[in-house]
Amino acid sequence: MDKDERPSANATAPQLPQWLSTAEAIRLLRTMARIRAFEEAALEQYRQGAIPGSLHVSIGQEACSAGACAALRDQDLVIGTHRSHGDVIARGGDVRRMMAELFGRATGYCGGKGGSMHILDAARGVLGANGIVAAGLPIAVGVSLWTDMQGTGSVVLAFFGDGAVAKGNFHEALTLSAMWRTPTIFFCQNNQYAVSMSIRDVYPHTSIDALAASHGIPTAHIDGNDVLCVLQETRKACGRSREGGGPSVIVADTYRWMGHNVADSGAYRAADEVTAWRAKDPMERLSALLLGGDVISSAELDRLQDEVQAEIRDAVSYAQESAEPAAEDAYLDVFSEQFSVFPGMGVTVARPDPAAATY
Amino acid sequence: MTVTKQRSASQGTTFAAGIARTLADVMRADDRVIVFGEDVGRHGGVFRATSGLYGEFGPARVRDTPICESAIVGTALGCSLMGARPVVEIQYSDFLTECMDQIVNQAAKVRYMSGGQLTAPMVIRTPGGRSRSAAAQHSQSLESWFTNIPGLLVVGPSNVADACGMLRSAIESEDPVLFFEHKLLYRLREELADVPRHVQLGQAAVCRPGTDVTVVSWSWMVHESLKAAETVTSASGASVEVIDLRSLVPLDIATVVQSVRKTGRLVVAHEAPIQGGWGSDVVAAVVERAWAELASPPVRVGAVSAPVPMAPRLESAVLPDSSSIVSAITRVLASD
Repeated sequence: MDKDERPSANATAPQLPQWLSTAEAIRLLRTMARIRAFEEAALEQYRQGAIPGSLHVSIGQEACSAGACAALRDQDLVIGTHRSHGDVIARGGDVRRMMAELFGRATGYCGGKGGSMHILDAARGVLGANGIVAAGLPIAVGVSLWTDMQGTGSVVLAFFGDGAVAKGNFHEALTLSAMWRTPTIFFCQNNQYAVSMSIRDVYPHTSIDALAASHGIPTAHIDGNDVLCVLQETRKACGRSREGGGPSVIVADTYRWMGHNVADSGAYRAADEVTAWRAKDPMERLSALLLGGDVISSAELDRLQDEVQAEIRDAVSYAQESAEPAAEDAYLDVFSEQFSVFPGMGVTVARPDPAAATY
Repeated sequence: MTVTKQRSASQGTTFAAGIARTLADVMRADDRVIVFGEDVGRHGGVFRATSGLYGEFGPARVRDTPICESAIVGTALGCSLMGARPVVEIQYSDFLTECMDQIVNQAAKVRYMSGGQLTAPMVIRTPGGRSRSAAAQHSQSLESWFTNIPGLLVVGPSNVADACGMLRSAIESEDPVLFFEHKLLYRLREELADVPRHVQLGQAAVCRPGTDVTVVSWSWMVHESLKAAETVTSASGASVEVIDLRSLVPLDIATVVQSVRKTGRLVVAHEAPIQGGWGSDVVAAVVERAWAELASPPVRVGAVSAPVPMAPRLESAVLPDSSSIVSAITRVLASD
């Protein structure tokens, strides 16, 4: 297609920026597609009763996980939130083990012990989703501090939401991070609602970026649905950290299409607001750019989607066919092997036989 | 390193100096061990328990923090996930309230929730208990709360040798440890053996053998129990066995049960309020196991359920001491 034939704000059609290769661009799209497909399948499985507990899906926010994680190297680490499926996927996590964890099967990442809100892939440096808002932030400072002291050159990407900004942990973590100049990138996926609480009602007289910047930390405010912008800004922050420049904050405006979790319809949001944000779909935007720039054809795009869908179908089958954990597994990994727990008694110095337990 | 003034009237090492010395020894041997907290570095700790560490190990390994207990513990947790062995101080155990989430919802649960992918080998040292009119927000014994949280080890030495040995074991432990130091113990002095020894976590100690009644306690109240035992023995000749639990999690109930099978009578004494205190747990566990051997109902000694008041006379009316334990011993010996 000729560049002149496409409507655009200026005369030239949108093109891939020079700093981004075709392969990287397609990888970004694939990652976002994988996240979305996973989340949609998880919702479907939840509705069918296959997933116990709750789910906090990130449909609409894929560019934040995909773009930010694409800036990371192998030795870098991620700390997540309660809405972290996308973080694990974006770091190359195994969707089969993820789905199995959501199903509570023994083959899940955490043997069925953590579930959706506590999912993690330690081998890939994704050190945990967290069910407590903002709790991961001081933990991220500690992870950064120690890896920095070891000279690994790692940076730590610490995700949080707009809901975390009022928390003491946010300010305590930024205080220590700035004081000790830890290589931490505090990345706010500002989807503008903490369950039903709108960020505009919380901070009518200030903003997330102002609060972050008041800690003396370089802060950027970006369009979180522009995956290339997310990637570029995160790369800049990583570069700064790696050169000893200390922490950064990135506030990325985005939107969750669904409610807070599966029990929440999101009725506190105006329908036209939801519609407007759906129109800013991060995947649509990147697809349009890739199609328009002749980086990918429609057929290739369809094939990419088919491949991703097949992966996710396979992940669901894997989860369905996986065994549940044995009941006795519940007593493992409370402590190291030094100490044991058994039904009907307290913590004991480890003994193979419960009858010989010290308590 | 702390130099203990060797005066003719006071030989040996203080509890505070023992903690500092143990930390220094361990930090020399293992560069994964780092220390942080409020005033622990340049100041050497408000109770002198980290004295000398900053001078020897420098600001990278011994870090002063602002007042941010949640981030102190959270940062320690993050370090430990990556292989460090942090030993952090929460300046008064009353301030554990400020970092409860990081202790209870994060450190205690990270191994389990991750299915064993992550571990948290960290130690939280914290001064607690009465200290002469420090009043309600600086005098509490909160250890009972933590015994009810799966995933945490809860320990507390009553003497200098145990403080050194248990701190060593706590740092080497692969699990998160809450290390309760009683403020009145810091100036306690003992001669220490040259060779440091380990004290296994989860092991109680019979610190005074006896045959007529078992008194179970920990921390500062061990000293009050020993004083009470001496009072009772002098008065009536009754033989009192005193057990220092040293750990609440794991709890060495076997040692307690073995003692009660011998004596048939039990007193459990702690400084925390009776209601909801860990003493109830010990009594219940003994009753479950040694009902037939009990000659009389067990008695718990603990604080009145009131906040700790400031005025000395009021403080004494709320908090237990050796006289409370003497009363309890007398009661179990008398009843059948």
